[in-house]
Amino acid sequence: MADYSYIALVPLLPLATFVLLGLAGKNRLVKWSGYIGSATMLGSAVISLYAAYQYFFVNGKTGDAYAEITALRYTWLEFAPGLSIDMGIILDSISVMMLVVVSFISLMVHIYSVGYMKGEERVTTYFSFLSLFTFSMLALVVSSNIFQIYIFWELVGVSSYLLIGFYYQKPSAVAASKKAFIVTRFADLGFLVGILILAFYSGSFDIGTIINRATDSQSEAFTGLVSAGFLGMSALTWSLVLVFAGGAGKSAMFPLHIWLPDAMEGPTPVSALIHAATMVVAGVYLVARLFPVFYIDEIAMQVVTYVGAISALVAAIIACTQTDIKRILAYSTMSQIGYMMFALGVSGYGGEEGLGYTASMFHLFTHAFFKSLLFLGAGAIIHFVHSNEMKDMGGLRKWMPVTHITFLIACLAIAGVPPFAGFFSKEEILLAAYQSDKIVYGIGLFVAALTAFYMFRLYFSVFWKKEAADASHHGEGTWSMKLPLIVLAGCTVVVGFIHFGNYISSDGAPLPTHFDIRFSIAPVVSAVAGILLAAYLYKKESDRPAKFATALGRLYRAAYKKFYIDEIYLFITKKIIFNLIGAPAAWFDRNIVDGIMNLLASGTARTAALIKGMQSGRVQSYALYFFGGVVALAILLIYIWI
Amino acid sequence: MQQIPIEHILFVSTALFFIGMYGLFTRRNMITMLMSIELILNSVNINFVAFNKYLFPGKLDGIFFTIFIITVAAAEAAITIAIIINLYRTHKSIDVEDATELKY
Repeated sequence: MADYSYIALVPLLPLATFVLLGLAGKNRLVKWSGYIGSATMLGSAVISLYAAYQYFFVNGKTGDAYAEITALRYTWLEFAPGLSIDMGIILDSISVMMLVVVSFISLMVHIYSVGYMKGEERVTTYFSFLSLFTFSMLALVVSSNIFQIYIFWELVGVSSYLLIGFYYQKPSAVAASKKAFIVTRFADLGFLVGILILAFYSGSFDIGTIINRATDSQSEAFTGLVSAGFLGMSALTWSLVLVFAGGAGKSAMFPLHIWLPDAMEGPTPVSALIHAATMVVAGVYLVARLFPVFYIDEIAMQVVTYVGAISALVAAIIACTQTDIKRILAYSTMSQIGYMMFALGVSGYGGEEGLGYTASMFHLFTHAFFKSLLFLGAGAIIHFVHSNEMKDMGGLRKWMPVTHITFLIACLAIAGVPPFAGFFSKEEILLAAYQSDKIVYGIGLFVAALTAFYMFRLYFSVFWKKEAADASHHGEGTWSMKLPLIVLAGCTVVVGFIHFGNYISSDGAPLPTHFDIRFSIAPVVSAVAGILLAAYLYKKESDRPAKFATALGRLYRAAYKKFYIDEIYLFITKKIIFNLIGAPAAWFDRNIVDGIMNLLASGTARTAALIKGMQSGRVQSYALYFFGGVVALAILLIYIWI
Repeated sequence: MQQIPIEHILFVSTALFFIGMYGLFTRRNMITMLMSIELILNSVNINFVAFNKYLFPGKLDGIFFTIFIITVAAAEAAITIAIIINLYRTHKSIDVEDATELKY
């Protein structure tokens, strides 16, 4: 077995950058922080690419299948012999893939940020937070232990919170960061309970051990998980649904998605890295990690499938009506993650059945490239027009040629037009859905059309529509901003041609993917239909979109208001939780808990006021009390006790 | 030789104890109070010696205790007089009623 312990450097390099830049404070290293961050990220990316090469092409296989390699293991907390929390690094096909994705996208975002954040305040702090995030995300994907995943899971949550609230002078950014933190934290409560149930029955926190014990129908762990039940569901179902709830919170699945659109208050490169390519797919990654356990429980798989499908649908509908360019991309992210989720949900385990798993990971991979490209392009646009609103844009193709071409490539990719990356992965997802659940397939197809529509609505509104005012004085952006766009666009064109099934499948063995031209007709036709509709409505300025919206009436208004989900949350929290639970709890705290404390204190003070006269400072009276006490004790001992 | 009955000796020691107690409670002069304390200690000494003699004639424990108490009393007298002198320096008085600052 090859030695892979150098993988530890991949997360440790960003950690070193975080410590260095974090200690430098906000006023030092202002010019250098971006270069330092990018250089260390380059190191990480090179190491992970090398490791991926080693793993996939040189020595990752045992026999025919890709094996799990434990690169490092270190016992961190030992509660009892046999029950310990280990920190370790595990390499299998999905963790190696995630390493490459995270370090590569992070490198691109670092380079982009050098240009984007130039002249901003607190640049050093920005890069230190970015490094903290990269460190935690890289450490999360290689975790060998579910508790270790949980630790880094919270760390990515914290760094996401810090970066969303980076412009802390803006109240909306502060509110958004708090919302993101509270919603994901609430979901993580479920995750923690799920972990504890799983670990309680299987007697280990180690992912490999949990999977082995829980999937072996002879083992004690399995019988315990299946026989114990609560409210009509087995412990296994409960634990998996709760773990999935944590994943759904992080991945912004319906109905825990409300934080993601607001999270766009952060700097745009951050949205590209955290809220598009890496952190939000952590939920998908988590389900994929525990996939063998998920697979044995049908109810949990159904939950994953339908939560994913509904999220994809709802987000796509909302995305069609929004006007803020970053919010559209946020809803589109949510919709694409919904795709990955339901692909996992409809997947089987092993062999041909495991197509959904491969497709989901493939989509995760391609989505990371084109979605970060879209966000970085959006960042360039926002940098250029100084607004997030689509009505302030239009005709930009003349002034931003590089952004225009790369954005177009990304739009074609996400819409699923061949031969760009999104086409291949979406194709596989739809095939997997078609083979197992026709309803989900229908939703997927409809969402594919919607995706093409809203992406090209965005594209035409930004780059065509009206003639832009003369902006020749204003450059498109520095090379540090254009270079990542070009590199990512290149990746978006290329990565679709990777035969993903050869490398990543549910059981490690190569999965031959069939490419059936007949099957791909429906998705491509629906995508092209979406694009044509968008072109008809938005290519020229006209009153067609307004008419269209009026024709849809109530549905349009509901979608524009994001189906009132935020309002429902507000109603539940403000009206129900605050009034029915919060207010009585506050009353109880103020009157009963504080009351007991105040009573004790005032009682003591009053007693003290009564007897403090005894301490008069006269030595003789003390002697008299003392003597009185001795006499009283003597009487007590001699006449009463004996 | 006729022995003195123990009651006589105990009477003396009790009288000495209460005289000392009375002095301790009523005198304001700290030197006098110190002398009263010495009286109390000596009444205890008498008790020790008497009980040693009458109850355990073969042993010396009581005598040792007496010697201890005399030693400690000497040390205690030295400390007390030092305290009194210091009090006199600050208060210009050795009346115990004048030194009542240590109160609530």
